[in-house]
Amino acid sequence: MQKLKNEGFEPIDTFVKPNTNNPWTFKEKMLLGLTPQEYMKQLVRNPFNWILAVIYAVGLPILVGRFIFGLGWATHSSYDYPWGLFLGWGLFVMVPLSASGFMLGTTVELFGRKDFKPIERLGLLNGLLGYFFAVVFLQVDLGQPWRLVYPMFVSLGPAAVLFLVAWHVATYLSVQVAELVPAASELMGWVKPKKFVRSIVLGLTVAGIILSTLHQGALGALFTYAPGKVHPLWYSSAFQWFHFFCSSIFGGLSMLIVVSTLSKWFLSWRCDDNFLKNLDRITLGLGKGCSMALITYFVIKIVALAHDNEWAYLLSGWGQLYIFELAVGTLVPLALFTTAIRSNRAGLARLAAFFAVFGIALNRLDTALITYNWKLYQEIPHWREFIIAVVLYATYIVVYRAVLCRLPILYTWQGESK
Amino acid sequence: MKKIDRRNFIKGSLAGGLTAAATGKAKNASAAGGTFGGYPDSMGVLVDLTKCIGCRTCEAACNKEQGLPEPDRPFDDYSVFDEHRHGGLPRRTTEGAYTVVNKYEVEGREHPLFRKFQCNHCNEPACLTSCFVNAYTKTPEGAVIYNPKVCVGCRTCMIACPFYVPAYSYSSPINPVVKKCIMCYDTRLQFGRPPACVEACPQGVMTFGKRKDLIDLAHETIENKPDKYVDHVYGEKEVGGTSWMYISDVPFEEIGFDTHLGPDPILNYVKDFLAIVPMVLCIWPALFTGFHLLATRKNANKDDSNKA
Ligand code: SF4
Ligand code: SF4
Ligand code: SF4
Repeated sequence: MQKLKNEGFEPIDTFVKPNTNNPWTFKEKMLLGLTPQEYMKQLVRNPFNWILAVIYAVGLPILVGRFIFGLGWATHSSYDYPWGLFLGWGLFVMVPLSASGFMLGTTVELFGRKDFKPIERLGLLNGLLGYFFAVVFLQVDLGQPWRLVYPMFVSLGPAAVLFLVAWHVATYLSVQVAELVPAASELMGWVKPKKFVRSIVLGLTVAGIILSTLHQGALGALFTYAPGKVHPLWYSSAFQWFHFFCSSIFGGLSMLIVVSTLSKWFLSWRCDDNFLKNLDRITLGLGKGCSMALITYFVIKIVALAHDNEWAYLLSGWGQLYIFELAVGTLVPLALFTTAIRSNRAGLARLAAFFAVFGIALNRLDTALITYNWKLYQEIPHWREFIIAVVLYATYIVVYRAVLCRLPILYTWQGESK
Repeated sequence: MKKIDRRNFIKGSLAGGLTAAATGKAKNASAAGGTFGGYPDSMGVLVDLTKCIGCRTCEAACNKEQGLPEPDRPFDDYSVFDEHRHGGLPRRTTEGAYTVVNKYEVEGREHPLFRKFQCNHCNEPACLTSCFVNAYTKTPEGAVIYNPKVCVGCRTCMIACPFYVPAYSYSSPINPVVKKCIMCYDTRLQFGRPPACVEACPQGVMTFGKRKDLIDLAHETIENKPDKYVDHVYGEKEVGGTSWMYISDVPFEEIGFDTHLGPDPILNYVKDFLAIVPMVLCIWPALFTGFHLLATRKNANKDDSNKA
């Protein structure tokens, strides 16, 4: 696409075609203003699409196989290890990395920090897609996915933590869809929906904060059901929910930094000046938020160790993993973010964000899989499980890219904003 | 009934999360602690491990009573005792076997010790409290039963059960469900009859009766032969008490029992989180709307150069 742009191609950012009065048709909007032939050509030219093609060629049959032959065929889920990679990665890692939606909503709409406006929509989108695909992962993992709505309408178990997660994720998904209605409205030329959402945006944002605090925490609380199974270093009956909530703050913000960096590298044709020019400043701003959450998280982690007096475990092999996770996933990004802010180097903050994202992923996988059942034995996910997870994650990337190319997320819509 | 009260309370506080119709439940949250002994007249089984000879008759009886598939090896094949699952661990309950007997070689003991194992039918079952579609029921008779018609297959109950009891029929693509001992509720317990495995045992290892009587019996047995028995009734206190209880002449930790579970029901470990739910619901809206008003007023006063 960058090549096309250099050749004089102008991406759509307004209702009417350049130099005329004719509006873009829906089909043209979907094809990015290219002719079908041009569109196909740029698809084929992109090497990333070839990788995707291979992933789908190998992975789709296996994904279908999971529904034909059952979970026993596709995964190493067992009586001792009910949860595998689908939840370990798809739910427990994806959801905290998607906390950016409520963080940015809060910053811009609630605290009135309009200086973060250029990245607000990317934050919201990152949230929406992450949650949506967490549900997709869940659907692949559930034994009877067609009963997904049972906890809502058929048989309610309201005393269970997962009940809260189910309801909150469902409600929060609708909140996030609503928050992104303005973006879709601009592209499609709807006026009323956008106006309506603007009028309730404060309510949506506050709802987002409540729901996020509770379900991010609830994901941690799910593990408090297994005091003897999760390793004590990763377990804290009193602080588990707060660990998960607090780390989701820097997790979401760091993921946003990562995604904005990738957009800048690979989708710069779609970014407008308002986004590109402000990005370094915003990255450092987000980094400031991250470093505050990181330091809080670190302190609470240590407090939890002291509270349950778990120092002795640090000397074991599990302790080394714990120290590695905390050092590389928390202290390194903390140091990098602080240096970046002090010396005003956005590049360093981006590096820090990669470490923080890695740290979150490692922490959730440690809790859910790696140290789970530490007294029994360790389980390695089935290779089919890996492939299905890759297919689902690839789909997440494809959808993400498709939306970024079209909706006014990385650029500001020109023309009447009623 | 104290038990019901507390469960309703927690239901109330989480259900509050849905409607966001938060009322002042935060105060009650501290009351969510403590334990209670389950239904007063619930039945139970006392297993005297010293008597078990490892004949596997109970396994066979259970298989028949519950209509389970025929096992790979017949019930009179004792080589299963040397079978090991993943990680060198002994056999466990599966989708095809709701109860298993395992052999433990104990140094200094004349014969190996055999241990029968199945769902312990907890007074405050972790499986029940963790299930988000309420698939489990603790009946007044003491059984913890399961409704496969509503189960979504999230398998949280398997995560939560401290005894690693529930199994899941992973092999079924269309109708996978949880499989576990139901204390023969459908066919026997609800009519006041003892479970099939209990009745089948030729050695009288298991005694069926009211749980509270069984506790007395267990302590009496131990007191009468203090040199023989370990002074511990496993299941009397563990995770809030269980309907199935065990006495043994070998310390429990040596024969595959988890002795670190503690007396608190699993739900107690979750209550720290449950307590903050109503708090967040009450305080957050006011707090953040307040923040908004403060923040935007400051902005309005400043000459805001950023374009909105
Ligand atoms: S032993 Fe496990 S499955 Fe049985 S009632 Fe207790 S928690 Fe539930
Ligand atoms: S697997 Fe079924 S019974 Fe177990 S918690 Fe999930 S829905 Fe409930
Ligand atoms: S009580 Fe019934 S279901 Fe449970 S192990 Fe015994 S025979 Fe099987």
